[in-house]
Amino acid sequence: MIPRVWFVIITILIIFSSPLAGGAATPSNVVVMGKSLDDLITLDPAEAFEFSGTEIIGNLYDRLFLANPKNPAQPIGGLVESWSISKDGLQYEFLLKTGPKFHDGSRVLSDDVVFSLKRAIVLNKTPSFIVSQLGLSIENMDVRLQTLDPRKFVLILGKAYSPSLVLNILSSTVTSVVNREAVLEKATQGDWGYKWLRSHSAGSGPFRVNRWNVGEYVILDKNDQHPKATGIPNRIIIRDIREPATQRLMLSRKDIDIARNLLPDQIEALSNEPGIVTRSAPQARIFYIGLNQAIPALAVPGVQQAIRYGIDYTGIVENLLPGQAEVHQNFLPSGFLGSLTESPFAFDLPRARNLLVEAGYGDGLSISVDVRSDPLALQIAQALQTSFSKIGITMELRPGDGKQILTRYRARRHEMYIGYWGADYLDPHSNAAAFVYNWDNSNKSANKTLAWRNGWETRGLNERVDSALLIGDPFVRAEAYGKLQRIVRSDSPFIFIFQEKALVAMQDYIENFKLGLTSDQVRYENIKK
Amino acid sequence: MTGMVVRLFLSYGRPFVRYLLSIGVTIAGLLLITFVIGRLVPVDPVLAVVGDQASPETYAAAHQEMGLDRPMAVQLMLYFKRICRGDLGVSTLTQRPVTEDIAVFFPATLELATLATILGVILGIPAGVIAAARRGRFLDHAIRVFSLLGYSVPTFWLGMIGLLVLYAKLGWIGGPGRIDIIYEGVIPSVTNLLLIDTLIAKDIPAFLSACSHIALPSIILGYFSMAYITRMTRSLMIEQLNQDYVITARAKGVGESSVVWRHALRNAMVPLVTVIALSYGSLLEGSVLTETVFAWPGLGLYLTNALLSADMNAVLGTTIVIGCIFVGLNLLSDIIYSRFDPRTK
Repeated sequence: MIPRVWFVIITILIIFSSPLAGGAATPSNVVVMGKSLDDLITLDPAEAFEFSGTEIIGNLYDRLFLANPKNPAQPIGGLVESWSISKDGLQYEFLLKTGPKFHDGSRVLSDDVVFSLKRAIVLNKTPSFIVSQLGLSIENMDVRLQTLDPRKFVLILGKAYSPSLVLNILSSTVTSVVNREAVLEKATQGDWGYKWLRSHSAGSGPFRVNRWNVGEYVILDKNDQHPKATGIPNRIIIRDIREPATQRLMLSRKDIDIARNLLPDQIEALSNEPGIVTRSAPQARIFYIGLNQAIPALAVPGVQQAIRYGIDYTGIVENLLPGQAEVHQNFLPSGFLGSLTESPFAFDLPRARNLLVEAGYGDGLSISVDVRSDPLALQIAQALQTSFSKIGITMELRPGDGKQILTRYRARRHEMYIGYWGADYLDPHSNAAAFVYNWDNSNKSANKTLAWRNGWETRGLNERVDSALLIGDPFVRAEAYGKLQRIVRSDSPFIFIFQEKALVAMQDYIENFKLGLTSDQVRYENIKK
Repeated sequence: MTGMVVRLFLSYGRPFVRYLLSIGVTIAGLLLITFVIGRLVPVDPVLAVVGDQASPETYAAAHQEMGLDRPMAVQLMLYFKRICRGDLGVSTLTQRPVTEDIAVFFPATLELATLATILGVILGIPAGVIAAARRGRFLDHAIRVFSLLGYSVPTFWLGMIGLLVLYAKLGWIGGPGRIDIIYEGVIPSVTNLLLIDTLIAKDIPAFLSACSHIALPSIILGYFSMAYITRMTRSLMIEQLNQDYVITARAKGVGESSVVWRHALRNAMVPLVTVIALSYGSLLEGSVLTETVFAWPGLGLYLTNALLSADMNAVLGTTIVIGCIFVGLNLLSDIIYSRFDPRTK
């Protein structure tokens, strides 16, 4: 009996451990990427607001304009060939290019553009507020968005907003142009094709969705109708690999060409491995500390300044986050119009201690800190805990799941919050509105901006944010945001610490894969294998 | 005739009805507890749908759409009604019915858990029996240490080491995922069990690829399962080997092998069935860490994502399904139990 059992066991083990794996190299002209797709919930441009979704959608759809990293005030024409602005700055007339075609071969027309913008407003999903900022609503959209002919359409604004704001908004994911005919064909119960478009595509971008298996992969196939179709990869396979260590092993085995979620120590180890190259690029995400002004001690300017001088900015970047962050002390990320590179606060423990004593907290201060339990945020929080303890501030860390922390933060139940903020679109107003706007500081306020969450009365600054929206001259506008940032960084409940950098490792035969400042700038069509 | 029907009902029907009632009460209790916990967790489920940056209007619309503006009692009533109709709601994370999601994710876990349990049983029972039969000797200590390791070493770590050695260094097995990338999407989904579907499609290279991918995660989970079964088998066997009937058998001159494998093991199998069923049930819940390391799109990963995203429909739906699996496995073990022990019929 026993020998028979062991015979079965050994046979099974031999079958399973025999070299069945076969060749590991990925097929030529197919790019395989390992990426955590845990935030991918939709492929509908009217709904997507997460990093993975907006990145993929950026490769499925064309937009009227494309962000211009060299000059953020002047986005580049995407589907738009030319445009004109009326003298009062309220009316924009756009002329579309003739070349772009949808995946089904039909031309991109102004009807499609107007339909796509109206669709975003009617569906009223999370990113719809970006379009609504132009003064568009369900009530007025038929008047303010009109087709003039197959190539021309007009957009009428509620106010004479800065052209750079308008064009940057028209470069955001939510304004991606969908194929009206194809979407309406799939629409059910007047849903504007919402159910279908969540997992399919109807765009004119370089790729189209072949298949999305939740938790496994997204397969994108080349759009043969695309003007650049001959030079782009036949297929992009994005495999949902959540564990960074697994991504690293798969990269070493050449089962994936690009690994997107590696940790700094893994990147460092891989940088010495032959056949692998690593890159890092700044992201439009800012790490910051928020201090709830309902806590008396945290509303004292001296305490706020003490905290600013009690952070070892460069030490944390160099030792904890090499390649993953850079010191940044302003609310606009580098690469935005009006962004500042000045870092006036340096780690100075005696000064921080003195400031705390002068503020009346010489006996020390105890603060609870809400922080997401992701490795990056926790590492930063622990480093702050150590340095703050030296000036007399005791931090009690309360790590939690992102949604749990956010629920407390939105309900103003935190004392100190450590987290990050990503810009919604490539215009300075995006972050200015989040950090500075607070028209109603009451608990019943519908406004849940970061300024409100921290109970910061921003009287006088709200008007500055509004007036900056209307400045036409990009230089003057940049200056206005510069002034605003200088005020906020030294006299507000916000302490800006770092700007995040994305890390990527890939096979050395992969060329032209570049990360953008925002996820929708990551382009797959330029990749050469 | 009527008397016979009554007798039959009393002997078989009444226990059956009682059993069904106890299942009903168990599931109703499970529903109530999960619902209450779901509403008590300090997480705003609307945020899972609209995100942090949504406008107040979008937030309010989603809040109403999810029925969260209604009184708790009404929400509970509606929830019970829906479940009775077999409707587990729509996942806010995937925007698909939870039943559809489970139909996609569960087969991956079922495949893995079944293989792991088969390995666990094939290895665990003989190892436990041998350890008991050689109690206090070298083989017993070796098996105990081996099974203790399986029980105490984190599967996450074991998975990483296994991948590093067998996949990255030696290239003996397929890597993470259920199949090589070239077969992704090629095999028609019939059962969603990839090993079966590749055979149905008569695609032998794809079948071998699926085998190479499932090998390591199933061995690791199988090791974990084996460790538990070995320890339980050993202790049950030691108890049996000290019984009078074993001494009698030995006195009668029955061979040691026959005493251990035929007499003692047969009796130890009665409680062991429940042990195996529970072990299988816990694997069917989905092993989150193993599924994460091996990029295995199973139920554990789905449930964890749902929990982290406050996707309460998915959490409650999956919990109910897991609860039903446990109840079903208990029922199955009771039936098998009666095969081994006629007294329980």
